[in-house]
Amino acid sequence: MTRRFSPAEALRLTTLAVGALVMITPFLYMVSTSFKAQQYVLKVPPQFIPDPATLSNYERVLVRGDFVQYFLNSAMVAVTATAISVLLSAMMAYGFARYRFPGREWLFRILLLGLMIPALMLIVPQFVLAKWLGLIDTLWGLIVFYVAGNLALNTFLLRGFFEALPQELDDAMQIDGATDWRRFIGLALPLARPALATAAIFTFLATWDEYAWALTAITSPQNKTLPIAIALLQGPKGTQWGLVFAASIVAILPVIAVFLIFQRHFVQGLTAGAVKG
Amino acid sequence: MSHWRQYLAPALFVAPGFLVFTVFVLYPMAQAVLMSVYDYKIVAGAVSTFIGLTNYLRAVSDEHLWLSLSNSGVYMLFTVPPQIALGLGVALLLQKSSPAQPFFRVLYYLPVVTSWVVVTLLFKYLFADRGLINFLLGLHVSWFSERWTAMVAICALGVWKGIGWSMMIFIAALQGVPNSLLEAAKIDGANPWQRFLNVTIPAIWPTIAFVTIMLVIGGLNVFTSVQAMTDSAPGGSTDVVLTYMYRETFKFLDFGYGSAIAVLLTLLVFALSAIQLRFFRNEATA
Repeated sequence: MTRRFSPAEALRLTTLAVGALVMITPFLYMVSTSFKAQQYVLKVPPQFIPDPATLSNYERVLVRGDFVQYFLNSAMVAVTATAISVLLSAMMAYGFARYRFPGREWLFRILLLGLMIPALMLIVPQFVLAKWLGLIDTLWGLIVFYVAGNLALNTFLLRGFFEALPQELDDAMQIDGATDWRRFIGLALPLARPALATAAIFTFLATWDEYAWALTAITSPQNKTLPIAIALLQGPKGTQWGLVFAASIVAILPVIAVFLIFQRHFVQGLTAGAVKG
Repeated sequence: MSHWRQYLAPALFVAPGFLVFTVFVLYPMAQAVLMSVYDYKIVAGAVSTFIGLTNYLRAVSDEHLWLSLSNSGVYMLFTVPPQIALGLGVALLLQKSSPAQPFFRVLYYLPVVTSWVVVTLLFKYLFADRGLINFLLGLHVSWFSERWTAMVAICALGVWKGIGWSMMIFIAALQGVPNSLLEAAKIDGANPWQRFLNVTIPAIWPTIAFVTIMLVIGGLNVFTSVQAMTDSAPGGSTDVVLTYMYRETFKFLDFGYGSAIAVLLTLLVFALSAIQLRFFRNEATA
């Protein structure tokens, strides 16, 4: 069976392919450079296929201990912050969605203020607060601020989802004598799994990639996370580009894996905020 | 029946999260305003003195802050419209579902999920004197040695990284355009361009508004790419508002002045968002 393309269809696919090439070439070139020795990284004309190829950059990243430590730091911070932030947001969202109480809309509006204030605007007073609380240069200092920074968006996302759940289910369980907490854990959370996944993915990505606060709060080498460790690989005299990109690829692999596996949640998460409203 | 008992459950659900939010977001928000009217001393034991609006007056007459603001403005001007136009263009090309659609969607979205630090270093490498861009374009430009060429690299990165995001949102919005309207327009003899202008655009207008406002906010908040690509070089000429604020605060330890700049930028973000909201609403009803 042969498929025929109309001229318009051919033009459409060609345009898309050219665009995709522009999007993907930097990544391919990055992969290529990660296999080059330092004397080849800025060679003219540039090498697309490294010759000779070397694994020394990956060896340096994976075998010598410090990058493994940064990877573990990033993983610990991102996983913990995501878990706590999603749990607290789900509780808040459930409280806002399922109960009437005085000041409910006001509290929610104040929370939405957190959506409009960009993270960097608060970095100065947050630094002062962290210093006062003894949180500077600790991984917990990263975690608490990441949790707080992602609460507003997650609560906003999850509230809409909880409100869409039929109230009758709640009522039925209430008649069975289930406590509020049991209804939340046993009924609402399992039903909200897709929305929780969306919230978790966005929080994980945001915390895994976070740069400015980690750069500000972390001072000792053993507490560095991947983004600042990679940025600090730039030397004043010539950057080890092969090493930078080997480390970068190790750092972005989990992100790309998460993205490819949970693709449809991205679309849902993006559109929940955008198109519905 | 005790009155307060019915509020116990919601209070327990909302309180933990809201407490964290209050301590680590709301309190710093108020603190920023407070710090901005002090000659704030971070060193333990040193006394911070109240100086009123001095930091703000200094900001208004600070030429380097204006230069930083103009760079932020240039960044917005050269990244927001291309991201909208190209994102919408790709979305239009991708709206027809085909076997290739998910594949293209992933490729265009890949830069969005990749961390800012990684793509920034990548672009710094591509725009290096002996880098790929000069080679492919047959140029010998030293991109990072001059303000405007450095801004080209910074803006190129912003557009490249952002197209996938607006594309994804526009794809979803386009699915909501009623097919019956498009068909009706077709029967009335409207060509594809007329259908796009008169049916599609009005139908996705709220989404265009949302994307524009978000991108303008994002443009004013550009930080990581500038900091990691040029570190404001040469001579601070590629500073944007936030890199300047960051340096004043954490390098020169002028926390009060840094806070004042942050407060001013926040007000600017709010004002611009309000103006855009009004504009998009008027256009929609006009």
